[in-house]
Amino acid sequence: MSCSCQLISRRKCLMLAEELLSVKKTYLISVYRFSSFLVACILVLQHRKMMSSVAFKLLALVGLLLMSTQTTDAKNSEDIRCKCTCPPYRDIDGQIYKQNVSLKDCNCLHVVEPMPVDGKDVEAYCLRCECKYEERSSGTIKVTIIIYLSILGLLFLYMVYLTLLEPMLKRRLFGHSQLQNDDDVGDQQPFANAHNVLSRSASRPNMLNKVEHAQQRWRRQVQEQRKSVFDRHVVLS
Amino acid sequence: MESEQLFNRKGYYRNSYNSIASASSDEELLDGAGVVMDFHTSEDDNLLDGDATSPGSNYVMSNGGGVMSTTTHLLDFLEEPIPGVGTYDDFHTIDWVREKCKDRERHRKINAKKKESAWEFTKSLYDAWSGWLVVTLTGLASGALAGLIDIAADWLNDIKEGVCLNAMWFNHEQCCWGSNETTFAERDKCPQWKSWAGLILGQEEGPGSYIMNYFMYIYWALSFAFLAVLLVKVFAPYACGSGIPEIKTILSGFIIRGYLGKWTLLIKTVTLVLAVASGLSLGKEGPLVHVACCCGNIFSYLFPKYSKNEAKKREVLSAASAAGVSVAFGAPIGGVLFSLEEVSYYFPLKTLWRSFFAALVAAFVLRSINPFGNSRLVLFYVEYHTPWYLFELIPFILLGVFGGLWGAFFIKANIAWCRRRKSTRFGKYPILEVIFVAAITAVVAFPNPYTRQNTSELIKELFTDCGPLESSQLCQYRSQMNGSKAFVDASPNKPAGPGVYAAIWQLCLALIFKIIMTIFTFGLKVPAGLFIPSMAIGAIAGRIVGIAVEQLAYYHHDWLVFREWCEVGTDCITPGLYAMVGAAACLGGVTRMTVSLVVIVFELTGGLEYIVPLMAAVMTSKWVGDAFGREGIYESHIRLNGYPFLDAKEEFTHTTLAREVMRPRRSDPPLAVLTQDDLTVEELQGIINETSYNGFPVIVSKESQRLVGFALRRDITIAIENARRKQEGILLTSRVYFTQHAPTLPADSPRPLKLRSILDMSPFTVTDHTPMEIVVDIFRKLGLRQCLVTHNGIVLGIITKKNILAHLEELKEHTEPLASPWYYHKKRYPSSYGPDGQPRPRQHNVQLVTSFPGRQADEEESEEEVVNLLDGRGFTL
Repeated sequence: MSCSCQLISRRKCLMLAEELLSVKKTYLISVYRFSSFLVACILVLQHRKMMSSVAFKLLALVGLLLMSTQTTDAKNSEDIRCKCTCPPYRDIDGQIYKQNVSLKDCNCLHVVEPMPVDGKDVEAYCLRCECKYEERSSGTIKVTIIIYLSILGLLFLYMVYLTLLEPMLKRRLFGHSQLQNDDDVGDQQPFANAHNVLSRSASRPNMLNKVEHAQQRWRRQVQEQRKSVFDRHVVLS
Repeated sequence: MESEQLFNRKGYYRNSYNSIASASSDEELLDGAGVVMDFHTSEDDNLLDGDATSPGSNYVMSNGGGVMSTTTHLLDFLEEPIPGVGTYDDFHTIDWVREKCKDRERHRKINAKKKESAWEFTKSLYDAWSGWLVVTLTGLASGALAGLIDIAADWLNDIKEGVCLNAMWFNHEQCCWGSNETTFAERDKCPQWKSWAGLILGQEEGPGSYIMNYFMYIYWALSFAFLAVLLVKVFAPYACGSGIPEIKTILSGFIIRGYLGKWTLLIKTVTLVLAVASGLSLGKEGPLVHVACCCGNIFSYLFPKYSKNEAKKREVLSAASAAGVSVAFGAPIGGVLFSLEEVSYYFPLKTLWRSFFAALVAAFVLRSINPFGNSRLVLFYVEYHTPWYLFELIPFILLGVFGGLWGAFFIKANIAWCRRRKSTRFGKYPILEVIFVAAITAVVAFPNPYTRQNTSELIKELFTDCGPLESSQLCQYRSQMNGSKAFVDASPNKPAGPGVYAAIWQLCLALIFKIIMTIFTFGLKVPAGLFIPSMAIGAIAGRIVGIAVEQLAYYHHDWLVFREWCEVGTDCITPGLYAMVGAAACLGGVTRMTVSLVVIVFELTGGLEYIVPLMAAVMTSKWVGDAFGREGIYESHIRLNGYPFLDAKEEFTHTTLAREVMRPRRSDPPLAVLTQDDLTVEELQGIINETSYNGFPVIVSKESQRLVGFALRRDITIAIENARRKQEGILLTSRVYFTQHAPTLPADSPRPLKLRSILDMSPFTVTDHTPMEIVVDIFRKLGLRQCLVTHNGIVLGIITKKNILAHLEELKEHTEPLASPWYYHKKRYPSSYGPDGQPRPRQHNVQLVTSFPGRQADEEESEEEVVNLLDGRGFTL
């Protein structure tokens, strides 16, 4: 069952991704779309912490980046430039020239405009200039920055939720006692551990339970990590 | 009664099955499945069972020691394998021998089935290809993530200074991509890019805007650092640090659960960008290796071949670390060598090829993303064409000496600081510490242009040689007013102009600043790599030396050394090359890498002719560094944290014997052992609960003490729990037996529990007179987890990796008391023990009656052992 669910969500996200790519050039609503896509993906990620969903996310990311590089190669004219750097010559200051020209036209004669020297000196001047053809893909940069900022924003919100809102809600709902109980389920003892290992393989019927359980497990792990890194200083100091 | 009969019948049944199997003779077994070699000889039985209480038990010896693989296959044919057996606990060490056996077993099974059907054939093909698939996926993912990190870090770094108005996702350089307003002197100025002062105050120049920019710089730096450390603390504490010491330990066979998980990956990627952008003196190269390893680990879950076998997974991780360095430095071959020289423990040829492939794929992906817009994989790619001269080896070697000294000093200082953080109260405030360091860094860094900019850009500027096209301050040489050279005022080998002198002052200040800040930065609780700051320090020193030599050559061109090859007006000294050599030397001094480092730097420059200077400098720095302490920064951190890492490089020169190292020591209580057929479940649980050892030797009986096998604590607990759930009639009084057949029991006793399937029947043993050099060699080369010490076939004790490490430590520092992390851990956190030394009340998932006879004696030793959380080998004595 979980397998089919995953397939559906994967398809959904890929569809969203494709949609996103198709509207990319219009630049109109893409920001909005993109964030909704990311929200969808992250929600999937949050709610079932299964590694394949992360793997899928990574794959989607790779695909996205690759595809966006390819589509933009097919030419956004502002993404190429020929940059000529000309050092000072006689009484003329050094100058930098940039033009949108193709690779074969990337030389001093085509790019340096207006030519600062007279006809006979052009050759001498141009010999000193260095022309470099450069490409970038502004699409990739844009997509990357948006992805990054959305992930950062979501993480930040989730962090605020986890550290501020949830304890408050819990306190209001259950009172104090419940809170402390969660923390003390020690993993130290051998049979609790065996219990965990075995129950992992057992199937749980309810999807919601599963999510809840996964989240609980994750939190316990993070707590354990925090203890060993920040309190006990046994790893990573 | 009923169940007893049932059981007997079942036992008989199994018995007959076994007799058929054994009757069918060895040849058939060997030819048929080719899986198990069943040496079923009655002589052996008699020999071993001479004084045993249960005659007639059979010994099945597998040809390697696979625990579940062999024994479950034929004998427990009717039982399903217990889930979870053969896995490891957190902070435990894997048994390479056992894992490799398991893999061979699996491989044989697949091969045997291959011809059965087309589906099985496809499955075998998939299995054969999964190694390449997983490294391909790893390479793709790490390349893409590196691209993301590069782009985002560049952008976020420039956000500290200003913002691109028409497209805020561009960094400074990209913002002025097509602008024609840039000038020769100020190449990155264009109206689209607004500094914060320009945006807020409306003016770009003047003291007011300087202060505004200063303030905004500090503000952004602090908020990035704060956000980074918060995210690390809340979501994934394992994401902090460089990660290379831990990966080294993991690759040597240690389990740190969650260290290579998805949350660590996500948080490390996100916070790495923040940490780099915050301007702290750290780099992204080391953490990129960690990121790549996380990718490798996550993808290996898609392939059962790798997800179920810790040893195989480490092959993928080796390849992943190669991919990580490949994208970090744009040096695919350097990455492979890095994996081989620095991080990997077990590196067969197959892994070499896969690392090569992963590095290739990763570099390809990063190149197609083209994060820097210069068609290169790194920002500081440089090309030189000038030759070097033999005399220059002297300054190169001097740079090597500097690198070695810096490396030794840095390691000492950083370790001392980290130890302080680890052991005193000061370590309690990680967030404050990060903010404090970030604030100091930002306040001091802003006024100096060389520290204000991104460290990668600084390295790029230092590496780049002065030429007519350069306009930076470092290249403001006074021009010579003779003839055609008059216009070229930026090429070196001229008298230095005021710009160069000012630059040298600033560089000296930057050098001191970087040296101090790096010591305090490495070890902060944010992702922090060491490569870039080390390289920056070396590059600054190298550039200063380069300019000095250049000026020396200019003013004293009549000296003998310069006369022949350095005429006035020729380019004979390349300060950029000195910067590069200095960077390599400093990196070599800190990490003590040699071959991989030279290859990485040479791939950065793409010039074969500078290999000799690089080699000379790196070798010198290693020698000088080794004179002050043989460990690189990563080994030092491994030792500081007390990870169970047995360094293959160190030699063991002492003449101790296995008997002196094994546990129990003479004064200790006797070894905790299990007998093969006269324990009850209750007693077994008692032993497990009262001790904290991770494995128990199984002996024939209390009287004979002969070794039968070795059972791991985790396996025992899982098996008991499993039996409680799945098998009827297992009570606390049930007899536990490890033999082939159930012992004869009185008629009214409950059904016995068979645990043979979890018994390792070929534990590694040495005799008590084996020299420790041999034992250490065995541990290193085979990657053992533990080794039993016997005398005339009687178990005397056990040697674990931790015992060996402790022994090495002891021999190394005879005078100093052993202050290993175990010590700190013990002192301050008595783990599951209460203040009075008594175990805290435990919540039992299984019902336990605590009435184990040897309780008193065991308690003391277990207290001693609980302390050793990390070495994971609290085997007993």
